[in-house]
Amino acid sequence: MSKKLLRISGVNKSFPGVKALSEMQLDLNHNEVLALVGENGAGKSTLMKLLSGIYVPDSGTFEIDGQEVAINGTKHAQELGISIIHQEFNLMQDLTVAQNIYIGREPRRAGLFLSERALNRKARLLFDQINIDLDPKDRVGDLTVAKQQMVEIAKALSYKSRILIMDEPTAALNDAEVATMHDLIRNFTNEQTGVIYISHRMDELKAISNRITVIRDGAYIDTVDTESTTMREVINLMVGREISGNQRPASQTPSDEVVLKVSGLETKGFLRDINFELHRGEILGFAGLMGAGRTEIARAIVGADRISAGTIELKGTEVSIGNPAIAASLGVGYLSEDRKHLGLLLERDVKDNIALSSLKMFSRMGVINDKAMKSTAATYIDKLRIKTPSSAQTAKNLSGGNQQKIVIAKWLVKDCEILIFDEPTRGIDVGAKEEIYTLLNDLVAQGKSIIMISSELPEVLRLSHRIAVMSEGRLTGFLSNAEASQENIMELATQNTTGAVLTPLPASSAQRSTS
Amino acid sequence: MTLTKDAAQAAKVASNKQSEFNTRLRASFQQLLAFASLLALVLFFSVASSNFYQAANLSNILLSTVVTGLLALGTTFVIITGGIDLSIGTGMTLCSVMTAVFMTQLGMPMIVGVLCGVLFGALMGGINGFLVAFLKIPSFIATLAMMMVAAGLALVISGTKPIYTNEVAGFQKIFALGKSIPGLVIPNAVFILFAAAIVAGLLLSKTILGRYTYSIGSNMQATALSGVNVTKWTVLIYTVAGCFTGLAGVIATARLNSAQPAGGAGLELQAIAAVVIGGTSLAGGKGSIIGTVIGALIMSVLTNGLSIMSIPQEWQQVAVGVVILLAVYLDMMRRKKATN
Repeated sequence: MSKKLLRISGVNKSFPGVKALSEMQLDLNHNEVLALVGENGAGKSTLMKLLSGIYVPDSGTFEIDGQEVAINGTKHAQELGISIIHQEFNLMQDLTVAQNIYIGREPRRAGLFLSERALNRKARLLFDQINIDLDPKDRVGDLTVAKQQMVEIAKALSYKSRILIMDEPTAALNDAEVATMHDLIRNFTNEQTGVIYISHRMDELKAISNRITVIRDGAYIDTVDTESTTMREVINLMVGREISGNQRPASQTPSDEVVLKVSGLETKGFLRDINFELHRGEILGFAGLMGAGRTEIARAIVGADRISAGTIELKGTEVSIGNPAIAASLGVGYLSEDRKHLGLLLERDVKDNIALSSLKMFSRMGVINDKAMKSTAATYIDKLRIKTPSSAQTAKNLSGGNQQKIVIAKWLVKDCEILIFDEPTRGIDVGAKEEIYTLLNDLVAQGKSIIMISSELPEVLRLSHRIAVMSEGRLTGFLSNAEASQENIMELATQNTTGAVLTPLPASSAQRSTS
Repeated sequence: MTLTKDAAQAAKVASNKQSEFNTRLRASFQQLLAFASLLALVLFFSVASSNFYQAANLSNILLSTVVTGLLALGTTFVIITGGIDLSIGTGMTLCSVMTAVFMTQLGMPMIVGVLCGVLFGALMGGINGFLVAFLKIPSFIATLAMMMVAAGLALVISGTKPIYTNEVAGFQKIFALGKSIPGLVIPNAVFILFAAAIVAGLLLSKTILGRYTYSIGSNMQATALSGVNVTKWTVLIYTVAGCFTGLAGVIATARLNSAQPAGGAGLELQAIAAVVIGGTSLAGGKGSIIGTVIGALIMSVLTNGLSIMSIPQEWQQVAVGVVILLAVYLDMMRRKKATN
């Protein structure tokens, strides 16, 4: 038995209130590409941050070539030969390719002066070695995303890395670029090295990886041979749990009335041909992986982002929504996933936040009637059971669940017909989640219509009447609550919409909606 | 049963009242602190020099606060939105020149001239707002450019010479030096400053405009996503701020009975200093008019007191600089404590 290139065992990591990883394990052979897959929040990024020395584990061991190591700090990780290529690039747009790669390690003359020539020569040598087609003198900001990705990889390899970890390296690439990237990875892999490859694109894993490790909810699930495993089996491993029947939505059925109709919606460079209808009294769930384009749809509908094509109809009338102010006046409210930055005025008090969208209602000739504002705030504090000592409490002092309720109250005061919830329960504890769920069900019972974007499949399955699934900027299918399961949602969510779909879906489990 | 429920309800209401009171108390503590520093300064100078605590001198201090104070009032709005306005100093000068032009060369009646002077300030503020909100030019740059444009225009329009308003009957008396209240040595300009401060305070605390000023400053994106037309309101807020610049121009003209086209540069920094000493955060979202008024008073008390103690002017500047650093540092410490 040869020693593993990298072996991780018994790793635990907790954050205040959350257990991010428990007894995590993983091993990487020499000359291997190991795929790491898991749902959003499974613990992939925590694991990566442990490996790159950004986080320190609570317990557990890391071994490289059988040698136990304690990774303390990013610099140390580099010295150990571990390089990570993050999804977001860490490149300086205004420096050249070579300047980026050797930042902090510039060749110097007389210990003081930079030598641009030596720098470029060094970079060219590196590119020849690893067979990358780049010009050291190009300004990084002028390069395509694919080329920038190459720069990141070249930078990682310039540290004489042995273990390369890539986080969705192909998320922004087209098929030809993906092929080049895969060549590069194969080129890099040899008896001394190995790659951990994180991706959501199932077809890609088949093409590049030797084995696949599946993690879920911060725990290790299984490692399988790519050759002998179908992607459906991998998805089953990823999803795992089944949810019990009684968590399905109340019998309340939405009416036939279409309150919102989106046709042919596109945004520049991302969303493609989005078509769907929302009915009165319906919760339409939007599922998909991170970056699939769900938030972008919401932002496009309320006019926060510009749309490049398509129409939006409210109750049969076509409308043009240029900014969120127009959306609000038409009764469409958006509750952002990023409560702290995009939803709340953290430094202002509860009543200011609740009244923000409808200040005109509380004023005559521009002068605010504080009493009316206060009593309305009190009504909603009561109604939504917001736990706050008073309506004058600063928003930042409340818990996540109560902050979310404030944001909901804001849109209820505005009396919006259509509410778009983006990750309504993110960062909220279990008890408060239940209350939010009840609230959503109450709202549709009262005739409001809801679009709910969520990355938590059990939540989507439990609340939605229908589920729209997205992948890479497109809608890949609609599922009714009855036919939806975590498996067929994940299958639609991991479809590669730019190329061919590898495993066609059985007609019964998913239908492409044409409405 | 109902009785205990009622009692619990009453207790809850009482505790709500209590915590609301605490929140209010904490907010006013800041102003108390600034006010206490002002009193301490006054006390110190009164002891240090017998010439300080004299009616005539105190009235002088107030009078010297008026122009910077008015500028500081307007710029408080801009700073609370998270912006900055560097154009108020020379902008005030341009408004002063325009006021004189309106009254003398265009022969407008005094009141109309005054109104037009204020509106001219509003126009300049509106242009600043347009540059910042519509064209998305950072406020520092937009108003820096505006500062230069205004300085130049003031010289061009006046032909680089002062424009005298002596022939406008009663202008100086009514808008600057006249004393309307018998037995009180305080000149009218000071009352105008306090009236303007009250208007600014009400605008900021009681109107939609004020509420949006705070919300844009604390989180512009969230405000926009809440359906508030941030672009429109930003322009309005800058326009309102400009009115105060215009008024400052009018008062400056009345006080000297002339428009001096070369002055004004540097006043914007004094006004910003007053705002900052008053506890308004340059990061936006926080601040108050009462704080700004106290900040402006602290600045002029300091300058006046040091002069009376015959401290050379160059050292006065050093002292003012140190006071600004101290004030802002103390404010930061206090805030840190409050969040912990």
